[in-house]
Amino acid sequence: MLELRQYNSLGEALRAALERWPDEVCLIEADRDREKARLTYRQFKQAAMPLARALEDSGFQAGTRAAILMTNQSKWLISAYAIFFRGGVLVPLDYKLTPGEQLKLLAHSRAEFLIVEYHLWRALTQAEGFENLATRVILVTEAPAGADLPGAKRWEEFRGTGDPEFVPRSRKDAACIVYSSGTGGRPKGCVLTHENYLEQCVALTSLYPFWPGVRYLSILPTNHAIDFMVGFIGPFTCGAAVVHLRTLRPEYIREAFTKYKITYMSLVPMVLKNLEHGLRQRFDELPASRRRMLDGLIRINRAVTRQRPHLKVSRLLLPQVHNAFGGELRALFVGGAFTEPATLQFFYDLGVLVGNGYGCTEAGTAITLNDFKPFRADTVGKPLPGMEVKIVNPDAEGIGEVTVRSKTVMSHYLDDPEMTAETIADGWLLTGDLGRMDASGHLQLFGRKKNLIVTEEGKNIYPEDIETVFDGIAVKEYCVFAANYLWPARTMTGEQLVLVLHPEPGQSISDELKADISERNRRLLNYKRVSGYVSWDHDFPLTASMKIKRGELAEQIRQSLGRSAVVPL
Amino acid sequence: MGTLQNTTEQILELAAQHFKVPREKLAPDDDFFKKLGINSLQALDLLTRLEQHFQIELPDYELQGVSDFRTLAERIQSRL
Repeated sequence: MLELRQYNSLGEALRAALERWPDEVCLIEADRDREKARLTYRQFKQAAMPLARALEDSGFQAGTRAAILMTNQSKWLISAYAIFFRGGVLVPLDYKLTPGEQLKLLAHSRAEFLIVEYHLWRALTQAEGFENLATRVILVTEAPAGADLPGAKRWEEFRGTGDPEFVPRSRKDAACIVYSSGTGGRPKGCVLTHENYLEQCVALTSLYPFWPGVRYLSILPTNHAIDFMVGFIGPFTCGAAVVHLRTLRPEYIREAFTKYKITYMSLVPMVLKNLEHGLRQRFDELPASRRRMLDGLIRINRAVTRQRPHLKVSRLLLPQVHNAFGGELRALFVGGAFTEPATLQFFYDLGVLVGNGYGCTEAGTAITLNDFKPFRADTVGKPLPGMEVKIVNPDAEGIGEVTVRSKTVMSHYLDDPEMTAETIADGWLLTGDLGRMDASGHLQLFGRKKNLIVTEEGKNIYPEDIETVFDGIAVKEYCVFAANYLWPARTMTGEQLVLVLHPEPGQSISDELKADISERNRRLLNYKRVSGYVSWDHDFPLTASMKIKRGELAEQIRQSLGRSAVVPL
Repeated sequence: MGTLQNTTEQILELAAQHFKVPREKLAPDDDFFKKLGINSLQALDLLTRLEQHFQIELPDYELQGVSDFRTLAERIQSRL
């Protein structure tokens, strides 16, 4: 790989990679079983340079902000490289948000350029508030011939002639603004520097190296912190290849493993569980004699790999399993949400390594990662090299808030010094998660301190972000909480949101009100919905500026009501 | 090409079969995530089943932001 410590910016490191491995394949794009693009590093450069030149001709300069709103595909990475080449700040937006949410984040980021896929662009143009979109240049990819693009240009035709000028940046300059939440309320735009990314890349590749010939299967959104690092910066700075799959259908994921001989892949717990379910189903369908043989081989593999993995032995013992993963798989990475230990153990027993980790966007992706020395299904691994992890205010069992200090920790939240000060204290990032370091240096997680849920799909949902959908319901006051914030639970799975209703004096929660709440709830994306409500008969404690004192209210509810008070919606 | 009502009816029938729930428990405006107790990956599975039935191709993004059978039917209808 490149010696990343000698580079100052992502643009500089990526430029060096394109020069170093011109004939290696860097990118394959597949849509179902159809391969749509295959590019070498040389071809990637040839695709990106005219775009960088056109950006330059449009006044794109150091620090110009450019948002990308696309599904996983080659044009995402080509555009990102062109932006970094021109010294820009990338704003990767989540294509799974609603168009209204995307518009809010675009406005907050003050992105001057927007690169967007055609179907997402159409949805944006139909959203309320689109007329206020202030981006200066909009580039739409894959627009059908004849499509009307008022105020926008076709990405494919946005090409300049001549060599673009490379714009250098320093390590402390902003590289990306990544939104970790705040679509409905207070946007959390994490400003991550070039140093944050370069240091994270060094740390991750020291545990899981990439090299020319390695193939990473990208199914998580590239805007997601994990995939941006492990599915772009990591492989590209090592001469490896990324395979973009433009569908999440399990049958095509399975096919991609064997077709492209995948080495690594990142996924969220929901996809891992789906793979587990599929394998278990196949095992259950085996004739009794073959099933006994399989169980015996799994027991042998378990014994052989007790202290550390032996990939070659596991592949010999359980060839059908490993061949189903393409035969070249070295590890799956799972993160974004908590993974159940039983699922991790299931794969480890088969010799399929699942590197479970823990991190957050504010920390620059991963904080800890399992190194399999030895494998521990009940932890999220050890801190990555360069990460200092400290447990603050531990209780008698050693459980306290997880805090992190590292060169990978974000610079600040965009335009929000107050929230930055609440989150980074004396150089330590306060994660809001509760954990304990065990004697062997592994981190174990036990729940959350903050009012937040994380879904199995790795989505962080802050209650404040969804409250506006209930504006105007016929009660005196209302508020949304994470159930585990109201009633602390030592778990990080099955998290739910609860609506607290304070009716007017003498008012009951009528069927009409419940129907209104359910109807509003349905306007939210399915993973953001509240699962139930509680009725609360006291005034909410408020600040001088009439904001709800959430911590105080939660404490009052906790003292009076239990979880059983939640009425399902 | 059938009517939207007809398409909705076929989707309800197929969803009931696929996830083994009684057809009469499903209605066009139901939230299929909640009613079928499925996650987004299982919803994609349903999309594959519907593609086979209607002999069309539905990109994953057609499911984005959709959670009731009627809207799903509209998306499919526009591609028939």
